[in-house]
Amino acid sequence: MTAIDVADSRQVERARVQAARKGTLGRVALYVMAFGAAFLAAGPFLWGIITMFKADPDLYTKANNPFIFNQAPTLKHVDFLFTGTPFTTFLWNTVWVGLLVVAITLVVSLPAAYSLARLDMPWAGPLGIAIFFVYLVPPTLLFISLSRVVVELGLQDSTWSLVLVYPTITIPVSVWLLIGFLSSIPRDIEEQAMVDGYSRVGAFVRTVIPLAFPGIVAVVVFAFTLTAHEFIYALTFVSPSAHKTISIGVPTELIRGDVFFWQSLQAAGVIVAISIAFVFNLFLGRFVSGFTQGAVKG
Amino acid sequence: MAGLSLKRAAVTAGRRSLGDREGLLAPLFLLPAVIYIFALVAVPFVLAIGFSFSDVTAGDPSFDWVGLDNYRAIFDDPVFWRSLRNTFVLTGVSMVLVVVLAKALALILVADFRGKWLVRLLVLLPWTTPISLAAVAWLWMLDSIFSPIDWVLRSLGLIESNTFWLGKPDLAMASVIAVQTWRIVPLAAVIIMAGLISLPKEVDDAARVDGAGFWRKLWEITIPLMLPVIAVAALFGAILTFTDMTVVYVLTRGGPNNATQVLSSWAYFKGIEGGSLAQGAAVALFLFPLLLAAAIAILRLVRRMRVS
Repeated sequence: MTAIDVADSRQVERARVQAARKGTLGRVALYVMAFGAAFLAAGPFLWGIITMFKADPDLYTKANNPFIFNQAPTLKHVDFLFTGTPFTTFLWNTVWVGLLVVAITLVVSLPAAYSLARLDMPWAGPLGIAIFFVYLVPPTLLFISLSRVVVELGLQDSTWSLVLVYPTITIPVSVWLLIGFLSSIPRDIEEQAMVDGYSRVGAFVRTVIPLAFPGIVAVVVFAFTLTAHEFIYALTFVSPSAHKTISIGVPTELIRGDVFFWQSLQAAGVIVAISIAFVFNLFLGRFVSGFTQGAVKG
Repeated sequence: MAGLSLKRAAVTAGRRSLGDREGLLAPLFLLPAVIYIFALVAVPFVLAIGFSFSDVTAGDPSFDWVGLDNYRAIFDDPVFWRSLRNTFVLTGVSMVLVVVLAKALALILVADFRGKWLVRLLVLLPWTTPISLAAVAWLWMLDSIFSPIDWVLRSLGLIESNTFWLGKPDLAMASVIAVQTWRIVPLAAVIIMAGLISLPKEVDDAARVDGAGFWRKLWEITIPLMLPVIAVAALFGAILTFTDMTVVYVLTRGGPNNATQVLSSWAYFKGIEGGSLAQGAAVALFLFPLLLAAAIAILRLVRRMRVS
């Protein structure tokens, strides 16, 4: 018994020494690969950051080294983005559409997820699968018939059409995530609340929702990001620039025929990209655990 | 369970409200979600099928049955076949690239190193940025005159004149594939990373103690165990790739000369810009069999993962 333990620990020790010897080289390779990957992923945005501060003659001289400032950097084009284009309107539209859609999504998804995760129903399994399938149905399959639905409802060319339609994208994925978060809360807690005299609904509202709060915040961020990403519905339903969101406003209004406001375009992309990525990163761990738990429970 | 409900019944005896009748509560809680999805996903889907057998246009929305006319019309159009082929090429090629790159990226992301938060932030940018804005950034990267890639290649003496990334059919297609791959890799890497983290550590330790080297461990343990997760990541990526029209719309508008047209963008140009809702719907419906096959495959893989 002891002999085997000693042999084992010796082998482990030898492995450790080997690993340490390989270590330095491995570390260098790791750093090169990690920062190389970061450079490839962020490349277009790094180029965007350089571009957004460039003066016109500097940017539009083919022989200039594009990676340095041949002339003094300028804030002119960033300023133009905020004062000379409807960019702030797009931002505001994206925010209020996103917030309303998130609110609708939570009101609809929380009870649905609770029902599928907790209230034992014979058809919870197939329904969970059905929701998963709906999650995979892409806007490109439905946008043409939905464009008629939107016209019939009198919502064409209005941002409200997006408030109506976007929950079809966010609800399935939110239910899926919330099933994961709700399942990870011990049943005992709400059963105790019910023993204490709360009804099932009361226990859900007063114990489950507060406990699931971190998960709910993650769902809010994820759903909001999905609405900010959406392109084809917005492109199909909305054409007046006062009603456009970021994702369609920037590529359609800052490119006018042959005139590209390149510095302002890049500034818009960089500002939006970095802010979303920053918030998203704070919640990445929770998205991952939500998806895997949802899959386990499914 | 029986004991518990007995206890609960004792406590709430006499004042059983709606809030306690689970048999009723469960469907009631689900109802709003089901209604929403039914009204705005199921109904439009059936409507799309109906449109594809009709003569509905944006200008004249009255519904007249025309049988298979729309399908005959789109089959007679070489652009449709081009789009179908491009959709397969785009999805196939980018999936192979995504699997290889995402696996490598996942291995980087689970490792510990300084500045990891910065690397993670930058690496996820392609996924977290709205696709249309990311595509605009690429449009500038691949500009016909001011592309910085061309500038570097020119400075190194590798090219004489500019490449026109988006102006030549094959290069334009390659550009679209590259941008889609760039966009999907972070998502696939996160899925694979979740799988890597959930791998039982004991298996790895046991293999190491048994003297398995890095490669043997990779081939005989990690890859077989990870295969379902990698497949799920690939299929998710495939769905996001072949249903997306944004990259093509922003980069090339399907051009030059429809060389980069895919099914979803062709449906948009036919249905919305061309105004023929019926033909657009018919084109878009060809996405459905692909989608269904991918979805069923994902489901099977997830089930298998749960069993093992």
